[in-house]
Amino acid sequence: MTPDLPILIVLGAVSIASALGLLLSRNAIYAALFLVLNFGVGAVIYLVLNAPFIAVVQVSVYAGAIMVLFLFVIMLLGAERLSPGENPPGISFQRPLAIALGGVLLGLALYALFVRQPPTTATALADSSPTAIGLSLFGPYLFPFEVVSILLLVAMVGAVVLTRNR
Amino acid sequence: MDSTTFVALLSSVLFTIGVLGVLLRRSALLIFMSVELMLNAANLAFVAFAHRWVQLDGQIFVFFVMAVAAAEVAVGLALIVTIFRTKRSTNVDDLAALKG
Repeated sequence: MTPDLPILIVLGAVSIASALGLLLSRNAIYAALFLVLNFGVGAVIYLVLNAPFIAVVQVSVYAGAIMVLFLFVIMLLGAERLSPGENPPGISFQRPLAIALGGVLLGLALYALFVRQPPTTATALADSSPTAIGLSLFGPYLFPFEVVSILLLVAMVGAVVLTRNR
Repeated sequence: MDSTTFVALLSSVLFTIGVLGVLLRRSALLIFMSVELMLNAANLAFVAFAHRWVQLDGQIFVFFVMAVAAAEVAVGLALIVTIFRTKRSTNVDDLAALKG
């Protein structure tokens, strides 16, 4: 029992509730806002886990940029109303099958987590300041960093080409 | 139960909810958001184990995952907008043009 655990339990409850809201909501805008809440709670969990840089990047990139893009596209297309009877009659077995397979997946993950116990270590705090992350990014991880910059450029050009009006 | 185990547990539950979203929802936008939820769950596990083993590499990997997710969202939403222009729908069941 660590002192962080009560905080994490509260955060985890909010996180799971917002994920279920995303899964069950009938309006795409509400689903996107539930996902923003989920990402915000995730940022607080990162702070508890001694990862302040990742927490700030989570808020600015995920909850900021990516979700604004989602909301923009939903409102641009006017696709916020999702039809109530989503499943066509031909594949009505799909829903129970998906729930059963999801249960199997969760069971496997729990088995991997709790049956194969890793050894416990002393929990000293790593130096995870933005300075240390920057030194690591531009030191041993310089090549992946440059590859990511090219990937982002290609994605930008691809998005422009795909949505161009001909 | 220590905090690492709890966050790993939370991560697997969130990942399963994301899988259920991909399997159950029929709107391409909702499926895409569920994929983002799964990526986020994987990031949580990365940070939890980086915390446990006192290593920075897990956090660096989360940074790269976020960059790739941003690229993926840009291209994916462009595809959805293009499909909506021709099909007037974001329902994935309407995209059956390749079905024999």
